[in-house]
Amino acid sequence: MSKPVGLLTLQGDYEKHRQTFAALGRETCGVRRPDELDRVSCLVIPGGESTTLSRLIDRIGLREPLRRFAADHPVMGTCAGLIMLAGALEGEEESDFGVKPLGLLDCTVLRNGYGRQIDSFTAPVAAGGLGAAEPPFAAVFIRAPRITAVGPGAEVVARHGEEPVAVRQGRLLGLTFHPELTDDLRIHRAFLDLAGSV
Amino acid sequence: METPWTDKQTAERYRHKVGLAEMLKGGVIMDVTNAEQARIAEEAGAVAVMALERIPSDIRKMGGIARMSNPGIIKAIQAAVSIPVMAKCRIGHFAEAQILEALGVDFIDESEVLTPADNANHVFKHDFKVPFVCGCRNLGEALRRIGEGAAMIRTKGEAGSGDIVEAVTHMREVTEGIRRLQTLRSDELMAEAKRLGAPYHLVLETAELGKLPVPNFAAGGVATPADAALMMQLGAETVFVGSGIFASEDPAPRAKAIVDAVTFHDDPAKLLEVSLTLGEAMKGRAVNEMEENEKMAGRGW
Repeated sequence: MSKPVGLLTLQGDYEKHRQTFAALGRETCGVRRPDELDRVSCLVIPGGESTTLSRLIDRIGLREPLRRFAADHPVMGTCAGLIMLAGALEGEEESDFGVKPLGLLDCTVLRNGYGRQIDSFTAPVAAGGLGAAEPPFAAVFIRAPRITAVGPGAEVVARHGEEPVAVRQGRLLGLTFHPELTDDLRIHRAFLDLAGSV
Repeated sequence: METPWTDKQTAERYRHKVGLAEMLKGGVIMDVTNAEQARIAEEAGAVAVMALERIPSDIRKMGGIARMSNPGIIKAIQAAVSIPVMAKCRIGHFAEAQILEALGVDFIDESEVLTPADNANHVFKHDFKVPFVCGCRNLGEALRRIGEGAAMIRTKGEAGSGDIVEAVTHMREVTEGIRRLQTLRSDELMAEAKRLGAPYHLVLETAELGKLPVPNFAAGGVATPADAALMMQLGAETVFVGSGIFASEDPAPRAKAIVDAVTFHDDPAKLLEVSLTLGEAMKGRAVNEMEENEKMAGRGW
Protein backbone atom coordinates (compact mmCIF):
# COMPACT_ATOMS: atom_id res chain seq x y z
CA MET A 1 0.00 0.00 0.00
CA SER A 2 1.39 3.40 -0.92
CA LYS A 3 1.88 6.20 1.58
CA PRO A 4 -1.10 8.47 2.36
CA VAL A 5 -1.79 11.80 0.72
CA GLY A 6 -0.19 14.60 2.75
CA LEU A 7 -2.12 17.70 3.79
CA LEU A 8 -0.28 20.76 5.04
CA THR A 9 -2.28 21.31 8.25
CA LEU A 10 -0.81 24.60 9.45
CA GLN A 11 -3.96 26.63 8.75
CA GLY A 12 -6.82 26.67 6.28
CA ASP A 13 -9.50 24.39 4.84
CA TYR A 14 -7.47 21.16 4.93
CA GLU A 15 -10.45 19.35 6.44
CA LYS A 16 -12.35 19.88 3.15
CA HIS A 17 -9.47 18.30 1.22
CA ARG A 18 -9.46 15.39 3.68
CA GLN A 19 -13.17 14.81 3.00
CA THR A 20 -12.65 14.98 -0.77
CA PHE A 21 -9.83 12.42 -0.70
CA ALA A 22 -11.90 10.24 1.63
CA ALA A 23 -14.68 10.30 -0.99
CA LEU A 24 -12.08 8.97 -3.43
CA GLY A 25 -11.12 6.25 -0.96
CA ARG A 26 -7.73 7.76 -0.16
CA GLU A 27 -6.25 8.13 3.28
CA THR A 28 -4.66 11.44 4.27
CA CYS A 29 -2.05 12.45 6.80
CA GLY A 30 -1.46 15.91 8.27
CA VAL A 31 1.94 17.55 7.90
CA ARG A 32 3.11 20.30 10.25
CA ARG A 33 6.80 19.45 10.69
CA PRO A 34 9.70 18.68 8.32
CA ASP A 35 10.04 15.00 9.35
CA GLU A 36 6.34 14.37 8.67
CA LEU A 37 7.00 14.86 4.95
CA ASP A 38 8.68 11.43 4.98
CA ARG A 39 5.34 9.77 5.72
CA VAL A 40 3.42 11.02 2.67
CA SER A 41 3.44 10.29 -1.06
CA CYS A 42 2.34 13.74 -2.22
CA LEU A 43 1.18 17.00 -0.63
CA VAL A 44 -1.71 19.44 -0.81
CA ILE A 45 -1.26 23.03 0.34
CA PRO A 46 -4.85 24.06 1.08
CA GLY A 47 -6.75 27.31 0.86
CA GLY A 48 -6.36 29.63 3.81
CA GLU A 49 -4.51 32.87 4.43
CA SER A 50 -1.23 33.02 2.54
CA THR A 51 0.30 35.52 5.00
CA THR A 52 -0.37 33.07 7.83
CA LEU A 53 1.00 30.10 5.85
CA SER A 54 4.10 32.05 4.86
CA ARG A 55 4.85 33.10 8.47
CA LEU A 56 4.27 29.62 9.87
CA ILE A 57 6.37 27.92 7.18
CA ASP A 58 9.32 30.11 8.14
CA ARG A 59 8.78 29.92 11.91
CA ILE A 60 8.66 26.12 11.79
CA GLY A 61 11.57 25.82 9.38
CA LEU A 62 9.53 24.17 6.62
CA ARG A 63 10.63 26.31 3.68
CA GLU A 64 13.64 24.28 2.50
CA PRO A 65 12.11 20.88 3.37
CA LEU A 66 9.02 21.79 1.31
CA ARG A 67 11.18 22.87 -1.63
CA ARG A 68 13.16 19.63 -1.45
CA PHE A 69 9.96 17.56 -1.20
CA ALA A 70 8.49 19.32 -4.24
CA ALA A 71 11.59 18.51 -6.28
CA ASP A 72 10.60 14.83 -6.45
CA HIS A 73 6.99 14.58 -5.22
CA PRO A 74 3.64 15.83 -6.56
CA VAL A 75 2.26 18.95 -4.84
CA MET A 76 -1.09 20.65 -5.38
CA GLY A 77 -1.86 24.15 -4.09
CA THR A 78 -5.37 25.63 -4.06
CA CYS A 79 -5.81 29.41 -3.72
CA ALA A 80 -3.43 30.33 -0.86
CA GLY A 81 -1.61 27.09 -1.74
CA LEU A 82 -1.04 28.35 -5.30
CA ILE A 83 0.26 31.64 -3.87
CA MET A 84 2.79 29.65 -1.83
CA LEU A 85 3.88 27.61 -4.87
CA ALA A 86 4.20 30.64 -7.17
CA GLY A 87 7.48 31.80 -8.66
CA ALA A 88 6.72 35.43 -7.93
CA LEU A 89 3.97 37.62 -6.52
CA GLU A 90 2.87 40.81 -8.20
CA GLY A 91 2.78 44.05 -6.25
CA GLU A 92 4.04 42.42 -3.08
CA GLU A 93 6.46 44.65 -1.21
CA GLU A 94 9.76 43.09 -0.26
CA SER A 95 9.29 43.55 3.46
CA ASP A 96 8.52 41.61 6.60
CA PHE A 97 4.83 42.14 5.88
CA GLY A 98 4.93 40.49 2.47
CA VAL A 99 4.21 36.87 1.61
CA LYS A 100 7.27 34.90 0.53
CA PRO A 101 6.32 32.23 -2.01
CA LEU A 102 8.30 29.00 -2.35
CA GLY A 103 9.20 29.85 -5.95
CA LEU A 104 8.37 26.46 -7.47
CA LEU A 105 5.81 27.16 -10.22
CA ASP A 106 6.87 29.27 -13.19
CA CYS A 107 4.07 31.85 -12.91
CA THR A 108 3.31 35.21 -11.34
CA VAL A 109 0.32 35.59 -9.04
CA LEU A 110 -1.57 38.64 -7.77
CA ARG A 111 -3.09 38.13 -4.31
CA ASN A 112 -6.78 39.06 -3.90
CA GLY A 113 -6.79 39.67 -7.66
CA TYR A 114 -10.57 39.88 -7.94
CA GLY A 115 -11.18 42.13 -4.91
CA ARG A 116 -12.68 41.56 -1.49
CA GLN A 117 -15.05 38.91 -0.17
CA ILE A 118 -18.14 40.57 -1.70
CA ASP A 119 -16.50 39.92 -5.10
CA SER A 120 -16.18 36.15 -4.51
CA PHE A 121 -17.95 34.09 -7.21
CA THR A 122 -18.62 30.70 -8.81
CA ALA A 123 -17.94 30.24 -12.53
CA PRO A 124 -17.72 27.38 -15.04
CA VAL A 125 -14.11 26.57 -15.82
CA ALA A 126 -12.88 24.57 -18.80
CA ALA A 127 -10.32 22.27 -17.20
CA GLY A 128 -9.43 19.91 -20.04
CA GLY A 129 -5.90 19.60 -18.67
CA LEU A 130 -7.37 18.26 -15.42
CA GLY A 131 -9.85 15.79 -16.85
CA ALA A 132 -12.73 18.22 -16.40
CA ALA A 133 -13.47 19.54 -19.90
CA GLU A 134 -17.13 18.50 -20.16
CA PRO A 135 -19.16 19.50 -18.31
CA PRO A 136 -17.05 22.48 -17.18
CA PHE A 137 -15.96 22.49 -13.54
CA ALA A 138 -18.08 24.77 -11.31
CA ALA A 139 -15.16 26.58 -9.72
CA VAL A 140 -15.54 28.51 -6.47
CA PHE A 141 -13.34 31.61 -6.21
CA ILE A 142 -13.04 33.06 -2.67
CA ARG A 143 -10.97 36.27 -2.39
CA ALA A 144 -9.09 34.50 -5.14
CA PRO A 145 -5.64 35.23 -6.52
CA ARG A 146 -5.11 35.90 -10.24
CA ILE A 147 -2.43 34.31 -12.41
CA THR A 148 -1.01 37.34 -14.23
CA ALA A 149 1.87 35.69 -16.11
CA VAL A 150 2.81 32.12 -17.03
CA GLY A 151 6.45 31.35 -17.83
CA PRO A 152 7.76 28.78 -20.34
CA GLY A 153 8.20 26.16 -17.60
CA ALA A 154 4.49 25.96 -16.76
CA GLU A 155 1.44 24.93 -18.76
CA VAL A 156 -2.09 26.36 -18.37
CA VAL A 157 -4.50 23.48 -17.59
CA ALA A 158 -7.72 25.39 -16.85
CA ARG A 159 -9.20 28.66 -18.01
CA HIS A 160 -12.06 30.91 -16.99
CA GLY A 161 -12.84 32.60 -20.32
CA GLU A 162 -9.38 33.53 -21.58
CA GLU A 163 -7.86 33.80 -18.16
CA PRO A 164 -5.62 31.03 -16.75
CA VAL A 165 -6.94 29.69 -13.44
CA ALA A 166 -4.76 26.59 -13.06
CA VAL A 167 -1.19 25.80 -14.08
CA ARG A 168 0.87 22.65 -14.06
CA GLN A 169 4.59 22.17 -14.10
CA GLY A 170 5.65 18.53 -14.08
CA ARG A 171 3.99 17.13 -10.97
CA LEU A 172 3.23 20.52 -9.42
CA LEU A 173 -0.28 21.87 -9.77
CA GLY A 174 -1.65 25.26 -8.71
CA LEU A 175 -5.28 26.43 -8.85
CA THR A 176 -6.75 29.85 -8.07
CA PHE A 177 -10.07 28.24 -7.04
CA HIS A 178 -11.28 25.64 -4.53
CA PRO A 179 -12.22 22.21 -5.93
CA GLU A 180 -12.41 21.03 -2.28
CA LEU A 181 -15.50 23.21 -1.71
CA THR A 182 -17.60 21.34 -4.28
CA ASP A 183 -18.75 17.73 -4.58
CA ASP A 184 -17.05 17.38 -7.98
CA LEU A 185 -14.12 14.98 -7.47
CA ARG A 186 -12.55 15.24 -10.94
CA ILE A 187 -9.68 17.59 -10.10
CA HIS A 188 -8.60 15.68 -6.99
CA ARG A 189 -8.76 12.50 -9.06
CA ALA A 190 -6.57 14.14 -11.73
CA PHE A 191 -4.04 15.08 -9.04
CA LEU A 192 -3.96 11.49 -7.77
CA ASP A 193 -3.45 10.28 -11.36
CA LEU A 194 -0.56 12.69 -11.67
CA ALA A 195 0.81 11.40 -8.36
CA GLY A 196 0.32 7.77 -9.44
CA SER A 197 1.98 8.24 -12.82
CA VAL A 198 5.42 8.51 -11.27
CA MET B 1 -26.23 24.06 2.97
CA GLU B 2 -29.40 25.50 1.46
CA THR B 3 -32.25 26.96 3.42
CA PRO B 4 -35.57 25.93 1.93
CA TRP B 5 -36.90 29.43 1.28
CA THR B 6 -33.88 30.98 -0.41
CA ASP B 7 -33.46 31.24 -4.17
CA LYS B 8 -30.59 29.78 -6.17
CA GLN B 9 -28.59 33.00 -6.19
CA THR B 10 -28.85 33.41 -2.42
CA ALA B 11 -27.83 29.78 -1.94
CA GLU B 12 -24.77 30.20 -4.17
CA ARG B 13 -23.82 33.39 -2.34
CA TYR B 14 -24.20 31.54 0.95
CA ARG B 15 -21.68 28.94 -0.26
CA HIS B 16 -19.15 31.74 -0.85
CA LYS B 17 -19.80 33.10 2.64
CA VAL B 18 -19.29 29.74 4.33
CA GLY B 19 -16.32 29.20 1.98
CA LEU B 20 -14.49 32.19 3.45
CA ALA B 21 -15.24 30.92 6.96
CA GLU B 22 -13.66 27.58 5.91
CA MET B 23 -10.49 29.43 4.83
CA LEU B 24 -10.17 31.01 8.27
CA LYS B 25 -10.05 27.66 10.07
CA GLY B 26 -7.07 26.76 12.22
CA GLY B 27 -6.21 30.42 12.73
CA VAL B 28 -6.49 33.41 15.03
CA ILE B 29 -8.67 36.48 14.45
CA MET B 30 -7.45 39.50 16.40
CA ASP B 31 -9.19 42.69 17.58
CA VAL B 32 -7.29 45.81 16.50
CA THR B 33 -8.03 49.52 16.89
CA ASN B 34 -5.58 51.13 14.45
CA ALA B 35 -3.33 50.46 11.45
CA GLU B 36 -0.27 49.80 13.60
CA GLN B 37 -1.99 47.09 15.63
CA ALA B 38 -3.39 45.60 12.42
CA ARG B 39 0.15 45.28 11.04
CA ILE B 40 1.35 43.66 14.25
CA ALA B 41 -1.52 41.16 13.94
CA GLU B 42 -0.77 40.40 10.28
CA GLU B 43 2.94 40.03 10.97
CA ALA B 44 2.16 37.60 13.80
CA GLY B 45 0.16 35.45 11.37
CA ALA B 46 -3.46 36.38 12.16
CA VAL B 47 -5.91 35.04 9.53
CA ALA B 48 -8.08 38.17 9.89
CA VAL B 49 -8.48 41.26 12.03
CA MET B 50 -11.57 42.70 13.69
CA ALA B 51 -11.47 46.48 13.22
CA LEU B 52 -12.78 48.29 16.30
CA GLU B 53 -12.78 51.75 17.84
CA ARG B 54 -12.14 50.23 21.28
CA ILE B 55 -11.27 46.72 22.43
CA PRO B 56 -13.98 45.08 24.55
CA SER B 57 -12.18 45.58 27.89
CA ASP B 58 -12.13 49.34 27.18
CA ILE B 59 -15.79 49.27 26.08
CA ARG B 60 -16.50 47.83 29.54
CA LYS B 61 -14.56 50.61 31.29
CA MET B 62 -16.07 53.40 29.17
CA GLY B 63 -19.72 52.50 29.67
CA GLY B 64 -22.31 54.38 27.60
CA ILE B 65 -23.67 53.12 24.27
CA ALA B 66 -21.26 51.01 22.22
CA ARG B 67 -21.99 51.41 18.48
CA MET B 68 -20.49 50.39 15.14
CA SER B 69 -16.94 51.80 14.88
CA ASN B 70 -16.23 54.99 13.01
CA PRO B 71 -15.92 53.90 9.34
CA GLY B 72 -12.77 56.02 8.99
CA ILE B 73 -11.00 53.77 11.52
CA ILE B 74 -12.09 50.65 9.65
CA LYS B 75 -10.96 52.13 6.34
CA ALA B 76 -7.50 52.91 7.71
CA ILE B 77 -7.18 49.31 8.87
CA GLN B 78 -8.36 47.96 5.49
CA ALA B 79 -5.63 50.04 3.84
CA ALA B 80 -2.96 48.73 6.21
CA VAL B 81 -3.31 44.95 5.74
CA SER B 82 -4.01 42.34 3.03
CA ILE B 83 -5.78 39.81 5.28
CA PRO B 84 -9.60 39.89 5.68
CA VAL B 85 -10.98 42.74 7.77
CA MET B 86 -14.06 42.18 9.92
CA ALA B 87 -16.16 44.76 11.76
CA LYS B 88 -19.00 44.69 14.29
CA CYS B 89 -22.55 45.95 14.03
CA ARG B 90 -25.10 46.07 16.86
CA ILE B 91 -27.54 43.16 17.19
CA GLY B 92 -30.47 43.88 14.86
CA HIS B 93 -28.93 47.07 13.43
CA PHE B 94 -29.22 46.24 9.74
CA ALA B 95 -28.45 49.84 8.71
CA GLU B 96 -25.04 49.64 10.40
CA ALA B 97 -24.57 46.34 8.55
CA GLN B 98 -25.47 48.02 5.24
CA ILE B 99 -22.82 50.68 5.88
CA LEU B 100 -20.21 48.03 6.69
CA GLU B 101 -21.11 46.16 3.50
CA ALA B 102 -20.77 49.38 1.48
CA LEU B 103 -17.34 49.79 3.08
CA GLY B 104 -16.37 46.37 1.69
CA VAL B 105 -15.54 44.64 4.99
CA ASP B 106 -15.01 40.89 4.51
CA PHE B 107 -17.11 39.70 7.47
CA ILE B 108 -19.61 41.38 9.83
CA ASP B 109 -19.84 40.32 13.47
CA GLU B 110 -23.37 40.98 14.73
CA SER B 111 -22.06 41.33 18.22
CA GLU B 112 -23.28 41.36 21.80
CA VAL B 113 -20.16 43.39 22.64
CA LEU B 114 -22.03 46.41 21.24
CA THR B 115 -25.28 47.69 22.76
CA PRO B 116 -28.17 45.86 21.06
CA ALA B 117 -30.34 47.92 18.70
CA ASP B 118 -33.31 45.51 18.66
CA ASN B 119 -34.60 43.58 21.66
CA ALA B 120 -36.47 41.02 19.54
CA ASN B 121 -34.89 40.58 16.12
CA HIS B 122 -31.45 39.89 14.74
CA VAL B 123 -30.38 41.00 11.25
CA PHE B 124 -31.73 38.82 8.41
CA LYS B 125 -28.31 37.94 7.12
CA HIS B 126 -29.33 36.20 3.88
CA ASP B 127 -30.19 39.70 2.57
CA PHE B 128 -26.50 40.62 2.49
CA LYS B 129 -23.63 39.85 0.13
CA VAL B 130 -21.15 40.05 2.99
CA PRO B 131 -20.94 37.06 5.38
CA PHE B 132 -21.88 37.34 9.06
CA VAL B 133 -20.60 35.71 12.24
CA CYS B 134 -22.82 35.60 15.34
CA GLY B 135 -22.25 34.60 18.93
CA CYS B 136 -24.09 31.83 20.73
CA ARG B 137 -24.32 30.25 24.18
CA ASN B 138 -25.86 26.94 23.12
CA LEU B 139 -26.98 24.87 20.14
CA GLY B 140 -30.45 26.43 19.82
CA GLU B 141 -29.01 29.93 19.62
CA ALA B 142 -26.39 28.80 17.09
CA LEU B 143 -29.02 27.24 14.81
CA ARG B 144 -31.32 30.28 15.04
CA ARG B 145 -28.47 32.49 13.83
CA ILE B 146 -27.61 30.06 11.02
CA GLY B 147 -31.29 30.07 10.08
CA GLU B 148 -31.06 33.84 9.62
CA GLY B 149 -28.00 33.36 7.41
CA ALA B 150 -24.93 33.44 9.66
CA ALA B 151 -21.99 31.82 7.83
CA MET B 152 -19.91 31.30 10.96
CA ILE B 153 -20.76 30.78 14.62
CA ARG B 154 -18.62 31.66 17.61
CA THR B 155 -19.13 31.21 21.31
CA LYS B 156 -20.11 34.42 23.09
CA GLY B 157 -17.91 33.75 26.08
CA GLU B 158 -17.61 36.94 28.11
CA ALA B 159 -15.86 39.55 25.97
CA GLY B 160 -13.25 41.78 27.55
CA SER B 161 -13.11 39.71 30.74
CA GLY B 162 -9.91 37.76 30.11
CA ASP B 163 -11.78 34.93 31.84
CA ILE B 164 -12.15 31.79 29.68
CA VAL B 165 -14.89 30.16 31.78
CA GLU B 166 -17.88 31.37 29.74
CA ALA B 167 -16.35 30.43 26.38
CA VAL B 168 -15.74 26.94 27.76
CA THR B 169 -19.31 26.72 29.04
CA HIS B 170 -20.76 27.81 25.69
CA MET B 171 -18.56 25.50 23.61
CA ARG B 172 -19.46 22.55 25.82
CA GLU B 173 -23.15 23.47 25.59
CA VAL B 174 -22.98 23.43 21.78
CA THR B 175 -21.07 20.15 21.51
CA GLU B 176 -23.24 18.49 24.14
CA GLY B 177 -26.35 19.61 22.23
CA ILE B 178 -24.96 18.07 19.04
CA ARG B 179 -24.07 14.79 20.77
CA ARG B 180 -27.60 14.65 22.14
CA LEU B 181 -29.08 15.11 18.65
CA GLN B 182 -27.08 12.12 17.48
CA THR B 183 -28.62 9.90 20.16
CA LEU B 184 -32.21 10.73 19.21
CA ARG B 185 -34.49 8.71 16.93
CA SER B 186 -35.80 10.51 13.85
CA ASP B 187 -39.29 10.65 15.38
CA GLU B 188 -37.85 12.60 18.32
CA LEU B 189 -36.09 15.34 16.36
CA MET B 190 -39.14 17.59 15.83
CA ALA B 191 -39.74 17.72 19.58
CA GLU B 192 -36.06 18.47 20.08
CA ALA B 193 -36.28 21.30 17.52
CA LYS B 194 -39.20 22.69 19.52
CA ARG B 195 -37.25 22.41 22.78
CA LEU B 196 -34.19 24.10 21.26
CA GLY B 197 -36.25 26.76 19.50
CA ALA B 198 -34.26 25.93 16.38
CA PRO B 199 -35.24 25.51 12.70
CA TYR B 200 -36.17 21.86 12.05
CA HIS B 201 -34.18 21.52 8.81
CA LEU B 202 -31.03 22.68 10.61
CA VAL B 203 -31.65 20.28 13.48
CA LEU B 204 -31.85 17.43 10.93
CA GLU B 205 -28.72 18.59 9.14
CA THR B 206 -26.73 18.98 12.37
CA ALA B 207 -27.84 15.53 13.57
CA GLU B 208 -26.62 14.03 10.31
CA LEU B 209 -23.31 15.91 10.16
CA GLY B 210 -22.47 15.54 13.85
CA LYS B 211 -21.29 19.14 13.78
CA LEU B 212 -22.69 22.59 13.05
CA PRO B 213 -23.42 23.17 9.33
CA VAL B 214 -21.02 26.16 9.40
CA PRO B 215 -17.59 26.64 11.02
CA ASN B 216 -17.69 26.89 14.80
CA PHE B 217 -15.16 29.29 16.35
CA ALA B 218 -14.37 30.33 19.93
CA ALA B 219 -14.46 33.86 21.35
CA GLY B 220 -14.84 35.74 24.60
CA GLY B 221 -12.08 35.57 27.22
CA VAL B 222 -9.05 34.10 25.40
CA ALA B 223 -5.91 35.67 26.92
CA THR B 224 -3.10 33.08 26.67
CA PRO B 225 -1.75 30.42 24.29
CA ALA B 226 -3.11 27.84 26.72
CA ASP B 227 -6.61 29.37 26.53
CA ALA B 228 -6.47 29.13 22.73
CA ALA B 229 -5.30 25.51 22.86
CA LEU B 230 -8.04 24.66 25.36
CA MET B 231 -10.76 26.01 23.07
CA MET B 232 -9.32 24.18 20.04
CA GLN B 233 -9.22 20.91 21.97
CA LEU B 234 -12.84 21.47 23.00
CA GLY B 235 -13.84 21.61 19.35
CA ALA B 236 -13.32 25.22 18.22
CA GLU B 237 -12.05 25.48 14.64
CA THR B 238 -10.47 28.95 15.05
CA VAL B 239 -10.02 31.38 17.92
CA PHE B 240 -10.96 35.05 18.22
CA VAL B 241 -8.75 37.05 20.57
CA GLY B 242 -10.28 40.36 21.57
CA SER B 243 -8.67 42.24 24.42
CA GLY B 244 -6.23 39.42 25.21
CA ILE B 245 -3.49 40.69 22.89
CA PHE B 246 -3.50 44.48 22.95
CA ALA B 247 -4.47 44.76 26.65
CA SER B 248 -1.42 42.61 27.55
CA GLU B 249 2.11 43.76 28.35
CA ASP B 250 3.63 42.19 25.22
CA PRO B 251 1.22 42.30 22.24
CA ALA B 252 3.54 41.24 19.37
CA PRO B 253 5.14 38.13 20.94
CA ARG B 254 1.83 37.15 22.54
CA ALA B 255 0.04 37.42 19.19
CA LYS B 256 2.65 35.14 17.60
CA ALA B 257 2.53 32.68 20.47
CA ILE B 258 -1.26 32.38 20.23
CA VAL B 259 -1.06 31.76 16.45
CA ASP B 260 1.50 28.98 17.05
CA ALA B 261 -0.63 27.58 19.90
CA VAL B 262 -3.64 27.20 17.59
CA THR B 263 -1.64 25.35 14.91
CA PHE B 264 -0.04 23.07 17.54
CA HIS B 265 -3.02 22.98 19.93
CA ASP B 266 -2.60 19.23 20.55
CA ASP B 267 1.17 19.34 21.20
CA PRO B 268 1.99 20.18 24.86
CA ALA B 269 5.75 20.45 24.27
CA LYS B 270 5.19 23.08 21.58
CA LEU B 271 2.63 24.88 23.77
CA LEU B 272 5.21 25.03 26.57
CA GLU B 273 7.83 26.38 24.17
CA VAL B 274 5.60 29.23 22.93
CA SER B 275 4.43 30.10 26.47
CA LEU B 276 7.90 30.30 28.06
CA THR B 277 9.00 33.84 27.34
CA LEU B 278 5.75 35.79 27.49
CA GLY B 279 5.16 38.81 29.79
CA GLU B 280 2.05 39.57 31.82
CA ALA B 281 -1.29 38.57 30.32
CA MET B 282 -4.18 41.05 30.52
CA LYS B 283 -5.33 41.47 34.12
CA GLY B 284 -8.97 40.72 33.39
CA ARG B 285 -12.00 40.39 35.62
CA ALA B 286 -13.51 37.17 36.92
CA VAL B 287 -16.96 36.65 35.42
CA ASN B 288 -18.37 35.27 38.70
CA GLU B 289 -17.53 38.58 40.40
CA MET B 290 -19.49 40.60 37.82
CA GLU B 291 -22.97 41.99 38.36
CA GLU B 292 -25.55 40.51 35.98
CA ASN B 293 -25.95 43.84 34.17
CA GLU B 294 -22.22 43.95 33.42
CA LYS B 295 -22.31 40.73 31.42
CA MET B 296 -22.56 40.93 27.63
CA ALA B 297 -23.36 37.29 26.83
CA GLY B 298 -27.02 37.70 27.79
CA ARG B 299 -27.59 40.19 24.96
CA GLY B 300 -29.46 38.67 22.01
CA TRP B 301 -31.31 35.35 22.19
